[in-house]
This record gives sequence, C-alpha cells and structure tokens, in this order.
Amino acid sequence: MGAPLLDLRFPARATELKPARHAVKEAVRGAGCSEAVARDIVLALDEACQNVIRYAYGPERAGDIGLTIEQAGDQLVFVLTDWAPPIDRESVQPRDLDDVRPGGLGTHLIREVMDQADFVDPPSGCGNVLRMVRQIA
Amino acid sequence: MEHTVREESGALVACFTGEIDLEHSPTARKVLLDCVDKSSKVLVDLSGVEYIDSSGVASLVEAFQKAKKSGGEFALVSVNDAALRVLELARLDKVFTIHATLAEGL
Repeated sequence: MGAPLLDLRFPARATELKPARHAVKEAVRGAGCSEAVARDIVLALDEACQNVIRYAYGPERAGDIGLTIEQAGDQLVFVLTDWAPPIDRESVQPRDLDDVRPGGLGTHLIREVMDQADFVDPPSGCGNVLRMVRQIA
Repeated sequence: MEHTVREESGALVACFTGEIDLEHSPTARKVLLDCVDKSSKVLVDLSGVEYIDSSGVASLVEAFQKAKKSGGEFALVSVNDAALRVLELARLDKVFTIHATLAEGL
C-alpha cells in the first residue's frame, strides 16, 4: 500500500461529520469509485463514526476519531480509530430488520456496504479500531 | 438541513432539503412528530434531501409508527435516488408508503 488516500483526525462530534463525509467522498471518487459506490461508502463510514460518537465515547466523554483510507489493488481499506474505552465487540451486531423500529440500523448499513467490517486489536494507547474493506472493481 | 411545513388539500406537507444527519435529525424528528400530532395525514417531501443517515431514517420510522398507531396516514413523496438507496439498504422501501409525486400523495 502506498500513501493513504486520506488520513483524518477530528473531534467525535455530530457537527464534524459533514466535513468528514465531504473528505471521504473526494478521496474515494479520486480512487475511481462511481458516484453510487462513493455514496454508499460515505454512508457506511458516517454510520461507523456515529457509533463511535454515540456508543464508544457516549454523551459523557469527548475525544477524537481517526480515519485512514488506503488503496490495496482493487480494494479500499478503511481504518477507524477512537481513543474511547474498549467496547464489548460482541454487542456490536446488526439487528433483525423485520422488527421495524427507530434506531439500530447503523451496523446493518455498514455491513451492507462493506465487504468486511471487523474490530481489530488496537495499538497501544488507542481504544477501538474498526477495519473495513470494500472491493471497488 | 432546512425544512418547511405547509397545509395542502387537508394534509400537512413537511418538506426537507439538504442533509438529514446526526446533527440535524433531532430537528427533523421534532418536526415530523409535531406534524403527526397536528394532522391525520402527513406527507414528507424528500425531493431536496441530498443525504440521509440512519438517525434521519429513525426519525421517519418513529413518526410513521406514531401515525399508524393513531390511525393516521404517513407517506413519503418524491424520494430522490440518494434517500431511496438508504431506505433500500435499510429494507424500509417496502415499509413506507412512497408516492412518486406530491400530487399523487394528496
């Protein structure tokens, strides 16, 4: 893998998501993704960031989100890092969509869009690292 | 995100434009629930929505379920491709009533 297509670090706040979405879209479009694929990727990464804001940090904590995007052949690799306390990875599961109710869709949307989405062991000093992969060709 | 609410042919039409994301979905939720409180027929115009995330979709689902509970009508109109894609990914495109145009919904 060469230099990252994108290397961002920003405060884990709702108001920071719009510029992050914009940066992601530019990066993945630059990597050759169609508008439709770019939109899906933006959605999935936004949802992943929201999970960090809402559940990893929660309302009581402040911290940053790190996001890198790298191209490896015909795959894009997304690494989302936070510095929150470690989450219970088993609790992050998509819910049954036949149960129509508000909320709980984020993890489902991430898995719909990404070919892989797994928490990996964080480097020392980090909280949680979600690694996602999407085939683009 | 910006929004307007107007009365048309006995329905309340809530029109949203821009991005319904985590920052703005609390406002969208309040507007939609308020519409459901005030009218038994609510149409939500999403033609100008460039982006909607799961929190925005959750606002729609909550208002839809509230309307359903009280016997009211709640439908989406003029849903553009970007918003429709998210509803499809969430398997909600078959749950909501979706009209191609506002005229069709009225």
